[in-house]
Amino acid sequence: MALPKFDYVRAASLGEASSLAKEKAATSILMAGGTDVILQIRDGACGQVDTVIDVKGIPGLDQLEYREGEGLIIGAQTKLFAIQTSPLVQEELPALAAAAHYVASSQVRRKGTLVGNICNASPSADTAPILLAMDAVVETYRADGGREIPIGEFFKGVKKTALDKAQGEIVTAVKIPALKSGEGAAYLKHSVRKAMDLAIIGVAAWIRMDGDIVEDVRIAMGGVGTTPLRAKEAEALLKGQRIAEELFERAGVAASKECRPISDVRASAEYRTDMIRVYTGRAIRKALETLKA
Amino acid sequence: MKRVISFKLNGEDVEAYVQDNITMVDFLRKQMHLTGTKRGCEEGECGACTILLDGGAVDSCLMLAVEADGHEVVTIEGVQKDGVLHPLQKEFMDKWALQCGFCTPGMIMSALSLLHENPHPTEQQIRDGIAGNLCRCTGYAKIVEAIDAAAKVLAKEVGA
Repeated sequence: MALPKFDYVRAASLGEASSLAKEKAATSILMAGGTDVILQIRDGACGQVDTVIDVKGIPGLDQLEYREGEGLIIGAQTKLFAIQTSPLVQEELPALAAAAHYVASSQVRRKGTLVGNICNASPSADTAPILLAMDAVVETYRADGGREIPIGEFFKGVKKTALDKAQGEIVTAVKIPALKSGEGAAYLKHSVRKAMDLAIIGVAAWIRMDGDIVEDVRIAMGGVGTTPLRAKEAEALLKGQRIAEELFERAGVAASKECRPISDVRASAEYRTDMIRVYTGRAIRKALETLKA
Repeated sequence: MKRVISFKLNGEDVEAYVQDNITMVDFLRKQMHLTGTKRGCEEGECGACTILLDGGAVDSCLMLAVEADGHEVVTIEGVQKDGVLHPLQKEFMDKWALQCGFCTPGMIMSALSLLHENPHPTEQQIRDGIAGNLCRCTGYAKIVEAIDAAAKVLAKEVGA
């Protein structure tokens, strides 16, 4: 099927991509893997597009590395498939490899990127909850220098992000703090099919233990609001407490009261709420299983 | 806009004049007349349009033809060598891994990519490798068997 007419520009530098995106703020779209963008152009979901700016030709955006003291660096061109199969990610943060693996199919993951997944800002994006739980930072470029946006401030609504389109702002990388000794993390997705399906809900947990006391914890939920959400009540309930089955169950109940799901073709709001209760407990237990020595 | 792209298609250097807004699957079928690559859902759900881009399976409906510039593409037409079928193609026939055949080119491209990355896949890994390819006839069991059999044939060829 024919796509609407547009001009394709393979930007050679961040400066070129950003100034073109700024000049055509209302009618351009940035593309990396294109697995979401091409369909949005076809369906008119991103407004009238006359310019597609491909960032795949820009040097230096394909990082997949671990920097001491900083953590994992995932560049804007880094494919989900590379993250899923990376021995480095599997070693440093297996929950991120799992989250990348949950996205669509291997065909989509070989083209699609993690940065694209978050820029698309779907409330049920599989890579969002683990980034929220890990307190990741989004690095951007724009003519005036760019900035670091905490992931907690990045999602602004369904398909809306904090990126300043009028300034031609582009995400260059995501920085994810590494797990330290005594910390663990997990992401669990609930869907009808294991592959190729959007999440009914997803829950990610990051936890830092001091013996059997929860020193700090972050819980993030996908598919239950206009953006991925933190379960702050559940976190507060867990902090400083001794781990126990009953505590996890209470945390699950607290998280289920914080989520704001809708009913749709995948599940009812009631079912989603109850699955948040169940999966919050499971995600915490799984995070505890992966504590770094 | 239209532009000239040059890339490798089924082992041969190709130059083509393409419209910016044409998808790879439409370009392959309409301009290159390679109709083995099927158009199914046209939104990356069914995998009937799967091709290899630089050796890895991707959905050609979620790709612009201009993105092929400078890269290497293999379609189902490029899988046989000098008229001799690839072990995957033979095993799909021998194991009756197809009925209507519409999903078969995409299945074989996904399987090819999988065996390239992982020459000794478990059944679970085979199923994961073809999770982005829908078949409405076979129930997948025969497809999984055929890929497993082809993996063993290829392993022997490498060993020989």
